[in-house]
Amino acid sequence: MQLSERHREYWRRNLRITAVLLAIWFLVTFVPVYFARSLNEITFLGWPLAFYMGAQGALIVYVIIIGYYARVMNRLDREYGVSEDR
Amino acid sequence: MPHTQATFNQQLKKMYSWYAGGFFIFVAFLAVAEQLGMSSQWIGYIFMFSTIALYAGIGVMSRTADVAEYYVAGRRVPALFNGMATGADWMSAASFIGMAGTLYFSGYQGLAFVMGWTGGYCLVALFLAPYLRKFGEFTIPDFLGARYGGNLARLIGVVAAILASFTYVVAQIYGVGLITSRFVGLEFEVGVFVGLAGILVCSFLGGMRAVTWTQVAQYIILIVAYLIPVVILSTKVTGVPVPQAMYGQVLQKLTAKETELFAAPKEVEVNALYKARADDFDRKIQGLPGSLDAERAQLTAKLDQLKSANAPAKQIAAAEMALRNIPKTEAEARRKWGEARKLAEAKARPPLAHTQAHAGKDQADSDSKRLNFIALVICLMIGTASLPHILMRYYTTPSVKEARESVFWSLFFIFLLYFTAPAYAVFAKWEVYNNLVGSTISTLPGWVASWGKVGLVKIDDINADGILQLAELTLNTDVIVLATPEIAGLPYVISGLVAAGGLAAALSTADGLLLTIANAMSHDVYYKVIDPNASTQRRLVISKTLLLVVALIAAYTASLKPDNILFMVGLAFSIAASAFFPALVCGVFWKRANMAGAVTGMVAGLGMCLYYAAITHPFFGGDISNAWFGIESISCGFFGIPTGFVVLIVVSLLTPAPDAETQDLVEHVRYPNLGTSARSAPTGGGVDH
Repeated sequence: MQLSERHREYWRRNLRITAVLLAIWFLVTFVPVYFARSLNEITFLGWPLAFYMGAQGALIVYVIIIGYYARVMNRLDREYGVSEDR
Repeated sequence: MPHTQATFNQQLKKMYSWYAGGFFIFVAFLAVAEQLGMSSQWIGYIFMFSTIALYAGIGVMSRTADVAEYYVAGRRVPALFNGMATGADWMSAASFIGMAGTLYFSGYQGLAFVMGWTGGYCLVALFLAPYLRKFGEFTIPDFLGARYGGNLARLIGVVAAILASFTYVVAQIYGVGLITSRFVGLEFEVGVFVGLAGILVCSFLGGMRAVTWTQVAQYIILIVAYLIPVVILSTKVTGVPVPQAMYGQVLQKLTAKETELFAAPKEVEVNALYKARADDFDRKIQGLPGSLDAERAQLTAKLDQLKSANAPAKQIAAAEMALRNIPKTEAEARRKWGEARKLAEAKARPPLAHTQAHAGKDQADSDSKRLNFIALVICLMIGTASLPHILMRYYTTPSVKEARESVFWSLFFIFLLYFTAPAYAVFAKWEVYNNLVGSTISTLPGWVASWGKVGLVKIDDINADGILQLAELTLNTDVIVLATPEIAGLPYVISGLVAAGGLAAALSTADGLLLTIANAMSHDVYYKVIDPNASTQRRLVISKTLLLVVALIAAYTASLKPDNILFMVGLAFSIAASAFFPALVCGVFWKRANMAGAVTGMVAGLGMCLYYAAITHPFFGGDISNAWFGIESISCGFFGIPTGFVVLIVVSLLTPAPDAETQDLVEHVRYPNLGTSARSAPTGGGVDH
């Protein structure tokens, strides 16, 4: 079927949101792990920072990433008229 | 339809609230009964049989003869409930029982599992769940078959799905056997088949529909069972019932305690004794085969001497035992003494400090630990986003919108447990370091003896001073969660609750996995390839028969107590990641990906992953000295995943682009609703193509 320009724009925006969230995911996962030896010198709320990121920080960000994606995409669906009618 | 779906949602909320309330009353009732003198054996029995009866009840009520109900629960599972079901589906016996123990022993390095098994859901949310829901068929090989035009891609998908799921399901049934044998006192082999019955009553009659509603019930039990002991322990240690917030403080104190404990003169003395023991075994191994005869002669001489000196019967019995247990062959001696040397070596130096990251002998060793940490996180995350039994759950929501929300709820419910596991480890360690180490061995608390009987706790007073040093204590990983209620001095009813939680975790995961395997064979192989004209009734009969057969084979395999079960489970993640991830993601995001690319990419990824495991792991006759960049076998997907991607992309570019119909399919899955699409969008109930 033929896609309209609006459809293409919807997909481009989806890709952009996906890329940004993926970058955040990458950042909170791998940067603290890579620099863990030095980050552990810093104390955060009582935890060594790298330990905190692995045990709690990254997990909280993951939950936020997914929650944000669901919200934004469900809004985007309506904005571009591709949401499911129900 | 919106009206009925909303009513359904309301009804579910009401039902499960009643259920949760009922469960609390049930536990309270047992707690009172225990105070009135009910024996712990009975509490164990009641917990196990009433929860299994409950799951069976839900399973029978959800029986169905409808294809869409059987395969995808009628596609009307609301986001919140699908989240809970995914949580139970995801968290296995290993997460529930083993995770906190792993963190206890490996400290920071164990966090690779915590991050890997949660962060993977970001990939599920961003790359797969909404698109698979829009595609809206029954299995993951279905998607591969439709997207990469033909049965070849489908069949490779089936093989990879079975390969990844089967070892995993064996591990779950094994876990059920362990729990029932420890808490209820059944024989391990009997426990395995009781567990099998528990699994089958859920899935056999109602397929996905029954599994979904049982998994929601199982999630509630497992999360309550996981949180209660550690909340009480936290209250006991810190006065605040929020372990997740409080363990930072305890961790600081624990780090100070570690420094003090590791340097204590008695501890250093014990380490030196273990070093001597390790060296002794080393000498014996070097001296093979002569040292084996010398060992036998020495023990015989000692026995004769004891006998002639009229030593106490106990000493003579011990000497006879030592003589009986001596290795029979040179190979056996090499293996046994090698293991003993390894155990002693581990105790010849203080354990890792809990928060130390990437600890190694030197800079290079430490860097290698870091690389392995990263590789493991990658494999676990991508594996999470590729395991068919998890992805399949997102076919069951009513819409794409709810599929997205349901990934959020899935991770939220999983997060509750994984967020708590590190706290579990720290509190348990604090208790052990403060209240156990340094006490007189004759007055240790009761749980040490009771878990010692089943071999999960070992004490070896190597310096014979009658006082427990840290290195003299050997704990099994599983004991941390299983014994925490006793460590915290709680009544047995809480131990029973923990056992019920572990059982729920193992059963729920096993259900999801068995269904995946049976569906792959009945739907993808039988219906799609062998007999596309099969009647609905026939398809369901085949599916249920296969479920039974697979379950029996898995239970039989588990009853053989295979070694290396944990390694095999770890391997499942790498297998799924290498085989599925590139083909699934490119299937949605890259229209140019075609059949030739996907098929070669999947085979190459899977092949590379298995090849690397084979050359590096002793289980397959390999050796870790063959490793590339020092990457351990469990992370073989670290090479398999990029291989899969590269081959898929290169071969796709070298061969013609897929036809217009396939490209339309890609567009179809990218938009939740394209209005007048050529393909009808199966958003509602049982649309069968």
